Amino acid sequence: MHITQVAQAGGTQFIGRPLGARRFSIALLRQKLPKVSLPVILAIFVLTVILLCAVIPGAFAPYGPTDMDSDAVLAPPGLHHWLGTDHFGRDILSLLIYGAGQSVVMALGTVAIAVTVGGTIGLITGYVGGLTDFVVMRLVDVWLSVPQMMLAIIIATALRASFTHTILAVGIVLVAPFVRMIRGQVMSVRARPFIAASHAIGTGHATIILRHVLPHCAAPLLVMATIAVAMSILIASALSFIGIGVIEDRPDWGFLLSQGHNYLTVAWWYPTFPGLAITALVISVNALGNALRIRLDPRTVRR
Amino acid sequence: MSAGRADAAYVLRRLVAAVAGSFAAATLVFLILYWLPGDPAALIAGDDASPQMVANIQARLGTNAPLWHQYVTYIGHLLHGDLGTSFTTNEPVSHRLAGQLGASLQLTFSACLMSILAGVVFGVIAGVNHDRWVDHLIQSVTMFMTSMPPFWFGLLLVMIFSVTLRWLPAIGSGSLRQLILPSLCLSSLLAAQLTNMVRNSVIDVLEEPFVTTLRGKGLLERSVLYRHVLRNALIPAITMFGLLVGELLSSAVVVETVFARQGLGRLMVEALGVKDIPMIMGVTLFASTFLILANLLVDLSYSWIDPRVRAA
Repeated sequence: MHITQVAQAGGTQFIGRPLGARRFSIALLRQKLPKVSLPVILAIFVLTVILLCAVIPGAFAPYGPTDMDSDAVLAPPGLHHWLGTDHFGRDILSLLIYGAGQSVVMALGTVAIAVTVGGTIGLITGYVGGLTDFVVMRLVDVWLSVPQMMLAIIIATALRASFTHTILAVGIVLVAPFVRMIRGQVMSVRARPFIAASHAIGTGHATIILRHVLPHCAAPLLVMATIAVAMSILIASALSFIGIGVIEDRPDWGFLLSQGHNYLTVAWWYPTFPGLAITALVISVNALGNALRIRLDPRTVRR
Repeated sequence: MSAGRADAAYVLRRLVAAVAGSFAAATLVFLILYWLPGDPAALIAGDDASPQMVANIQARLGTNAPLWHQYVTYIGHLLHGDLGTSFTTNEPVSHRLAGQLGASLQLTFSACLMSILAGVVFGVIAGVNHDRWVDHLIQSVTMFMTSMPPFWFGLLLVMIFSVTLRWLPAIGSGSLRQLILPSLCLSSLLAAQLTNMVRNSVIDVLEEPFVTTLRGKGLLERSVLYRHVLRNALIPAITMFGLLVGELLSSAVVVETVFARQGLGRLMVEALGVKDIPMIMGVTLFASTFLILANLLVDLSYSWIDPRVRAA
């Protein structure tokens, strides 16, 4: 029986077979891969290009990130500079390619923090329950009662704004939603008979959490991680836009966008292309996330 | 117990929770700003300040007292409606907030109205035309809108409507014409999310048996849609709206920067530049309270629309 069929028969949760026999795995993903749609292929293509730019920018960029063409300051898009130049005469395409690394590190870093910290707390609090759960969930409520943008801004400010601190700040902001989601998932899994059966045959708590509960959280965790990647890119670019956590000599996309803001009336290409790059990245991540959600969550099959 | 008393108890319980939530949020923000870096005085003084300078600033701000003492003082002042004094201008934070509040609330409310209007109209159109080209078009647009940075959308609006077409002013605040572009910009994300939400719930409700019954008894399709489907479809959309509308005021911070508007955003960005911690706290606390109040209002209206909630 297929995982989605089990889940449909069982009702509304992301569930697999008991005892982790056929849990979420690479094999399962591969089995489903041939059915990918056009938007997903496009998204994977865009993400591959951005990742390659992040890893080996030198191979793609026509100019260096600090090469200034004094004859072409704020030059419009043309043969020499495909996406135009900035106020120093730097090639915008090259700046975007060299800035890709920061966006990728930022997105993966924040989500790594949110997934590991939020996931661990959620797993434990959902499994232990009782007073611990009550206290942790009230803390999460408080955490979520401060708007996310504001929270990211004040944490980044308190830590003294820098690139790593921005990652830390956005990561910490995203921890609370992960705790809430994983905890809910764990509580529903914990109530199922196969967990009681595992207890009965003497399986330890750690083994039950890692071998039986965690695999049932893998699918929603993966879907939520893609949403978090998209959110962290947008929050980080907003922080960078209002001038928090920027590195002047290695501008990231949000900072380029805020610089372009100053030349809005004379150089439309300067703010347009960095924004387009951010949008392309986020839209690809969202498209991939949507596809994953549809694959992994039978409730949304229709859409 | 009568229904009226049960309602009052429910409202009271939610009010108490909201007030407690506001104080908890104040505590969290206080701890982050006053405790995390160790010392706001060092933050204000800069990296190359002498220990004497830092000590002077500490004495002026009262940050040399133990943390619990500072906290008790802060919360005590907060209970009297005193948000502290700006580090840089020595003005009461509450005065500055009150002065800038109008512009931000104006922007937030007009963005709210635009989102609701766009969300319901496009959501219903997409939901009714499920899986036709209109639906696919609306879905592609909302996908794009939810994936772009809102401030970038603002810059595009300025380039199109102010720089190229010269229809609307790009910057400033005060007149109604100056409100249009910033509201459009701020509403983009919420409008797209609401459209998706309304679309999905319209599709869900259209599949419910009672719709078949209504059609079966010969009701006009128009009346099925507006009198029955829409009313049921909006219930989940309202919850979603409550979750998202609270974030609107904080997104306004960035949007106000783009359009050089008066408002809390300008206050926040200025305060960030000079590390004016009481001011940063004031704006953040106001935004949190706004979020908590928005959720409270939505919860209450939700139980009024759908009486099943009160039983839970």
